[in-house]
Amino acid sequence: MSRNRAILGQLYFGLFILYMLVPLAVMAGAAFNDSKLPTIAPWKGLTWAWFGELWADQTMWGAFLNSILVALAVVALAVPIGTAAAILLNSISGKYRATLYGVMVAPVLAPGLVIGISTVLFWNQLGRSMGADDFFLFGRGLHLSTLGQVSYISAYVMLLVLARLQSFDPGLEEAALDLGANHGQVLRRILLPHLYPAMAASSAIAFFQSMENFNVTLFTKANATTLTVYVFSQVRSGITPKINALAFLLILLTLVLALIYETNRRRRARIEAAREAEARRAEEAMLL
Amino acid sequence: MEDLIRRYGTGLTAVFCLLVAFWILVLVILPNFAMFEQSFRPYLPVVEIGGPKDVYGFANYGKIFANPVETTWFGIPVTIPIHINTFLLTVFYSALVTLMTLIFAYPLAYFLAKIASPRSIPTLLLLLFIPMWVSEALRAFAWYIILTFNGPLNALLKALGVIDQGIRWQNGVFTSYDAIVIVLTYCYVLFMLFPIYTAITSLDTNQIEAAEDLGSPWWRTHWRVVIPHAKPGIASGCVMVFMLSAGSLLVPTVVGSTKANWFPQTIYTWFNDALDWNTGAAYSMIFLLVCIFFVILTMRLFKVKLSDIAK
Repeated sequence: MSRNRAILGQLYFGLFILYMLVPLAVMAGAAFNDSKLPTIAPWKGLTWAWFGELWADQTMWGAFLNSILVALAVVALAVPIGTAAAILLNSISGKYRATLYGVMVAPVLAPGLVIGISTVLFWNQLGRSMGADDFFLFGRGLHLSTLGQVSYISAYVMLLVLARLQSFDPGLEEAALDLGANHGQVLRRILLPHLYPAMAASSAIAFFQSMENFNVTLFTKANATTLTVYVFSQVRSGITPKINALAFLLILLTLVLALIYETNRRRRARIEAAREAEARRAEEAMLL
Repeated sequence: MEDLIRRYGTGLTAVFCLLVAFWILVLVILPNFAMFEQSFRPYLPVVEIGGPKDVYGFANYGKIFANPVETTWFGIPVTIPIHINTFLLTVFYSALVTLMTLIFAYPLAYFLAKIASPRSIPTLLLLLFIPMWVSEALRAFAWYIILTFNGPLNALLKALGVIDQGIRWQNGVFTSYDAIVIVLTYCYVLFMLFPIYTAITSLDTNQIEAAEDLGSPWWRTHWRVVIPHAKPGIASGCVMVFMLSAGSLLVPTVVGSTKANWFPQTIYTWFNDALDWNTGAAYSMIFLLVCIFFVILTMRLFKVKLSDIAK
């Protein structure tokens, strides 16, 4: 009975993975097809030409650079904000905590287009009320995309850092203060080192969330382009397999990163297993 | 708060508070307030802003009731304002996507949490993460390729002899929203899977075995033991998938037919093509209210708290 279930489960998992990966494989495969339209059927022969065209596409490179810049700015803003929010939230209790928590996680659930529109309207109105309509910072642009993205990505950072804070021993800070550390040292030498893993993980998440973002960016970007918007506009306005070449490279990058992660994990697991075995052997030797 | 000051001093505490205040006030509350306020003001040329015509009213919200069209819902002819029609169809098909992702994801989450061998789990999860790391724009584009008239799906079906003429998938077979539903399901199914998986992992396997030892058939074990335990995960997944689907602008634009309008597209048209930001604000207020309503409904229905949903 339970063996049947395991086989059925594995079968379903296999089908599901196929369902997830086949579309990506089709898209990546079309990058090599010598056809004006992006498709794998009919197959018209192998070509590398689309990669060359992609390489020569200045718009793509500009969009790529913009995406990276926005993502870095988002990390630089969202990680400090989210960390501060987690520390603040952790220090209060009672009903204020629940309210503040609710306000902080709400942007995660807010639809991207609402964030985008509200950000544009607010800064525009602010500019008008200060009599500086034309000042570029109040108009649409990638700086507003950054702020809009920070408004919800900070919440992810906050959640990750808050989870990490649960395993922090406040007694360490007490001890440092008693031994004469100043406030800056307590933060820099005691609390932050404990939070670094969570901050690093949230930086990575913030970076990729920002790179992926479409809705907020579309409403706030004005004439600038990011990579996601570039792909979107290419699909809308007559597409060539150039985009498939880009997709192939991005999927390849993902696969390489996943592979590195997996080999690292396996190596660590192996080392751990070896250590455990050694400890067991030592224990047995002691008993004899 | 005193605790913070004692540990980090007034200066650092003030920095923490300022950062949080900037986030909550300047990036979240004030923009939403601005959207709320401007949604009640008419769209005017710049010189007339603040002038006698600039008064509050519901005119922007009223525009959703304009332009009645004749259409059919599942074979029943109705006359309905065009934007309301789009809105209702968006909500309906988003709910359908949510249901489909739930049906796909639940067995898989259960398999990963309780049946698969624990040693293989990290590898299996990594396999599932790979498509999630590929951006949504590309995943939608992948389906655009598959579903085109001269694309691989039609070629495959023809080769297998299932059909002898290509099907225009993007125009839809059952309804004009077919392609959108297929692709949204594909894009967001993992957002349903992971919360349910996390919820089921925390269920003690002994409970399932106890139910089986006491003679419960498999479906009752799920209905009475596993699903009640997985409720927060299911609620979280449902909210995420519904919000993402209803708010998606990319997927409907990339794979949707011209007959299939999605509400975010309507908002985008007001905002970007008509440049009427005030009506855009009013429409997105309506959209936001529906989303809030859906979250509250899910919380009531599954009897969970907000902190269970947003994790």
